[in-house]
Amino acid sequence: MASGIRLENLRKSFGGTEVIKGVDLEIEPGEFVVLVGPSGCGKSTLLNLIAGLETVSSGDILIGGQNVNRVPPRDRDIAMVFQSYALYPTRTVRANITFGMETRRVPKDAQEAALEEFSRLLQIDHLLDRKPGQLSGGQRQRVAMGRALVRQPAVFLFDEPLSNLDAKLRIEMRTEIKKLHQRLGKTVVYVTHDQIEAMTLATRIAVMDNGHIRQFADPATIYESPVDLFVAGFMGSPPMNMIPGRLFHENGQVFVLPRGARERIRFPLDGPAGQGEGLTDGREVVLGLRPETIFAAGAKLPGPNRYLFEAPVEVVEPTGPDTMLVFQIGDQDMVARVRPEDVATPGAAFRFEVDMGKAKLFDAGTGKAL
Amino acid sequence: MRARRTDGIVRASGPGARLLRVLLFVVLGLFCLYYLFPLFVMVSTSVKSLAEIREGSFLALPRAISFEAWAKAWGSACVGVRCDGLQPYFMNSVMMAVPAVLLSTLLGALNGYALTKWRFPGADIIFALMLFGAFIPFQVVLLPMARTLGQLGLAGTVPGLILVHTVYGLAFTTLFFRNFFIGVSDGIVNAAKVDGAGFFGIFFRIVLPMSLPAIVVTVIWQFTQIWNDFLFGVSFTVGDSNPVTVALNNVVNTSTGVKEYNVDMAAAIIAGLPTLLVYVVAGAYFVRGLSAGAVKG
Repeated sequence: MASGIRLENLRKSFGGTEVIKGVDLEIEPGEFVVLVGPSGCGKSTLLNLIAGLETVSSGDILIGGQNVNRVPPRDRDIAMVFQSYALYPTRTVRANITFGMETRRVPKDAQEAALEEFSRLLQIDHLLDRKPGQLSGGQRQRVAMGRALVRQPAVFLFDEPLSNLDAKLRIEMRTEIKKLHQRLGKTVVYVTHDQIEAMTLATRIAVMDNGHIRQFADPATIYESPVDLFVAGFMGSPPMNMIPGRLFHENGQVFVLPRGARERIRFPLDGPAGQGEGLTDGREVVLGLRPETIFAAGAKLPGPNRYLFEAPVEVVEPTGPDTMLVFQIGDQDMVARVRPEDVATPGAAFRFEVDMGKAKLFDAGTGKAL
Repeated sequence: MRARRTDGIVRASGPGARLLRVLLFVVLGLFCLYYLFPLFVMVSTSVKSLAEIREGSFLALPRAISFEAWAKAWGSACVGVRCDGLQPYFMNSVMMAVPAVLLSTLLGALNGYALTKWRFPGADIIFALMLFGAFIPFQVVLLPMARTLGQLGLAGTVPGLILVHTVYGLAFTTLFFRNFFIGVSDGIVNAAKVDGAGFFGIFFRIVLPMSLPAIVVTVIWQFTQIWNDFLFGVSFTVGDSNPVTVALNNVVNTSTGVKEYNVDMAAAIIAGLPTLLVYVVAGAYFVRGLSAGAVKG
């Protein structure tokens, strides 16, 4: 059975420092929620609070409708995968996986059955008699997952489980975790600082910053409609281009005039970004353009709300499937994601086309989306 | 395992460097001789007959090897008025040292575990106070300890001595284990908590098996301290409950009859052998413990 989790005005202080500053979160049963944010934002602390490894300072945690503020970790019907794997070094893989069942006095034959099922599922059935020290990083990761899965709890907590793996293995394990979630349907709370992991795994993402949840929504909403500059800048790689500038009107059309731009570049807000309220002349704003919405002129079929401009390319960064072009507008570094066949030479002018329908507009003072 | 090799590092060469190396080994050799010489004299004297000791030089190799002195030191040398050799006192020492070492090591491990993995307000102050115990000289505690033992009815007994050594050793064993556990990942303890284990479950099933290197160091240290202790032994035991160190003193310092150097030497070696044995046996486990599996690669 999967359980939902509810956090109500949750706060946590260490000494005089408040790390979690009033978090409200409602996680549906069977959801895969990713807590993402820069290091020190409190996401691991939040996970430890849900696990019961830290005591709440104020507020409530409910798992499956039951208040667990005073319930120790072992009675919360949770399992956790740690960043360091935290395998028991003196026990074999088998004994690592069955430890949780042993302490709960699960009958031996049930233990064996669960061990067999999950060790096969995770492809570690040939490693059962080894010690953790004899395993590779990826194998240890699987054992740590096995130890969590085998008890079939209502909630899984993952604390940056993939951050110690090399890039290739990380992508493999990411897919496997998603498969496992689809297969088992348990509630998962997953902490990571990697926004790609967050995007690929989550049914909903909670973007955290400085002890607050900035936005809690499904990945597409987080990516397409970030509520503020922080969320917009954190999600996406390379990050969204942020162009500070001023609004002005001309012939009934709203434009953004980038600050310090020497060339006559002005971005017309003719997509949804121009529909907001309070778009008065002279208002200080930040225009957000994702790198993939800036491409070589003529590279895509013509569409509405396109804007063409020319700028000298500073750096060309081929990544294989795409090439990143770094250029400047005003004194702001910009990145455009173009096709590899769009030849650009550093120093030479390049004609860019930008899809203004995907542009985001933020208030320069508050950072909130307009 | 991935032991780091250092013998492949390129060294300076040339006549100057070679001369320095020769000098280094000469100095090291002299130190070896200096330390091994007394042992050689003891062993060779212990297997000589009294006549040979009186006639020859104490540096000379024994002409004939005889273990009579060893047998006498073990079974029939006179300690005070009792002539049963060191044997009963040796047993006293075993009966004292083994429980005292085990108790102080176990309690030290428990202390270190609680101080690092179940942090509570004031843990650092308690640790600082315990550490202070490691600097208290033996002499200071003699009188209060004697009074306590008297009140407990343990004065002059082996269990009383066990208590003294356990309490006095706690400062050291706690220090050793606390410093070991501070390096053990909290994640492991957290994982065990989520897995449903409690304070003692985690201690005995996860943490204690991991701390083999610390156990070995502590056991070697505690056994050496307790076995070799003379002051507590001579202060808190009487006659038949004396540990071997006190009995050895009584054998060697006897003022009646002929001075039997071979028996004295054999007795001294017998009294010192167990610490050597513990070092060799525990040391082997020590090396094995160091190369056991790590948490993270």
